Amino acid sequence: MNATDNAFILICSALVMFMTPGLALFYGGLVRNKNVLSTVMHSFALLGLASIVWAVVGYSLSFGTDIGGLIGGLDFAFLNNVGPGVENSPAGNLPHLTFMIFQCMFAVITPALISGAFAERIKFSGFMIFSALWIILVYAPMCHWVWGGGWMGEMGALDFAGGAVVHMSSAAAALACAMLLGKRKGHGREAFIPHNLPMTILGAGILWFGWFGFNAGSALAADGLAANAFVTTHMATAAGLLSWIAAEWVHGGKATTLGAASGAVAGLVAITPAAGFVTPMPAIIIGLGAGVICYGGIMLKNRFGYDDALDVVGIHGVGGTWGALATGIFASIGAEGLLAGNALQLWVQFVSVVATWVFCFVMTVIIFKVVNAMVGMRATDEDEVRGLDVSQHSETGYQI
Amino acid sequence: MKKIEVITRTFKLDDVKAALTELGIKGMTVTEVKGFGRQGGHKEVYRGAEYQVDFVPKVKIELVVQDERVPELVNAVRDAAFTGNVGDGKIFVSPMDEVVRIRTGETGDEAI
Repeated sequence: MNATDNAFILICSALVMFMTPGLALFYGGLVRNKNVLSTVMHSFALLGLASIVWAVVGYSLSFGTDIGGLIGGLDFAFLNNVGPGVENSPAGNLPHLTFMIFQCMFAVITPALISGAFAERIKFSGFMIFSALWIILVYAPMCHWVWGGGWMGEMGALDFAGGAVVHMSSAAAALACAMLLGKRKGHGREAFIPHNLPMTILGAGILWFGWFGFNAGSALAADGLAANAFVTTHMATAAGLLSWIAAEWVHGGKATTLGAASGAVAGLVAITPAAGFVTPMPAIIIGLGAGVICYGGIMLKNRFGYDDALDVVGIHGVGGTWGALATGIFASIGAEGLLAGNALQLWVQFVSVVATWVFCFVMTVIIFKVVNAMVGMRATDEDEVRGLDVSQHSETGYQI
Repeated sequence: MKKIEVITRTFKLDDVKAALTELGIKGMTVTEVKGFGRQGGHKEVYRGAEYQVDFVPKVKIELVVQDERVPELVNAVRDAAFTGNVGDGKIFVSPMDEVVRIRTGETGDEAI
């Protein structure tokens, strides 16, 4: 065990944990005030639910002994054989518990990301059951495939901190949920204007801050690779912010605060798979691309007519896909991408992108339909119009 | 007696108030209101989607004055609230039947 690495990864775990309440603010500010608490609750409740599911079975399915490249065994279920020493630890420099809790924070935020798609119209009971099943049946296999010794990692797919595991997986689920759940009442006729953009900006800032733990921590050591990931993360995010507001300035005539926040998140998403594989200048290119491409991505829902309320597909899906492919183009640290003369890497990245989208979309459709048959996924019309805060939680966010 | 109602730009409130007090007006009522006239509302853009916001914030100033003071006060208000752009607002003058000062019971011009 390396005490320095242990200290660093424990702090990174705390940083990643803070992303989820940051996401709650980011999403919470974007909905109408009658749904602020329900939207915040989607993220915050997962700090409870996902953590427990992770400890009981999720961690083991992700990092237990590999079964056919598809899933982990149950040797770590209930955190058996996961102790303060390095025994069995996938990272030999870290206590097994440190590695487990770092990964736990990823398992918390990933289903929380999906909640942006079905905000303002989902039943809380359906959301909770759906999320628990999704962690077990979608997140854990994806995590195993990429990081736990599964086929995608073996194939050589590069995903430093979760472009496929976190962002594409949640976006594919978001797309499936938005399509199956249907549009919010009044969609296309009423304006769904964000009720508190300062809250959204604060949330985006917290996400940016926490993301240093997410990406730099994915080096799993307090070393130069972590420093590289930290710097690439920051530079790509800065570039994403600028290119998004530049795009909307040209396209719409003004730079908006929501655009700045969205561009930063797009940059963060896109650099995630690449953070430890590229140097800072390619990171800036990836960030610049992310701002413009994701700005285009949010127009997709208008074109295709689904109601992804808070643009999970446009930002995490499009940004994650761009990042995964860009990793195959720009990789130069510990792997070689297209520009280093290895075109095969880009092909491998492409295969991982397609597999991730297809697997996560199909599995989400199945889980959704099962839960819908069990308890129903959509709030009643009356509950939706009253707002989910009152109808689902008997509370209101503001007493004005 | 007449009631003068002025609906104008929020940032012009201080100018209008200063012009009226300079002419000896001792009281007025101000309300924050929303509405639209010929200029319509304005556009807001969120993540590339445009929304038309119809109602624009304005202030409404109400005061009751003696009949003979109306032309002078209306001109003063108009000068103070004028920018020359659409959205400067309107001044309405309407008859006022009775005014009662609650504290003293005075009525009519005495109560203004």
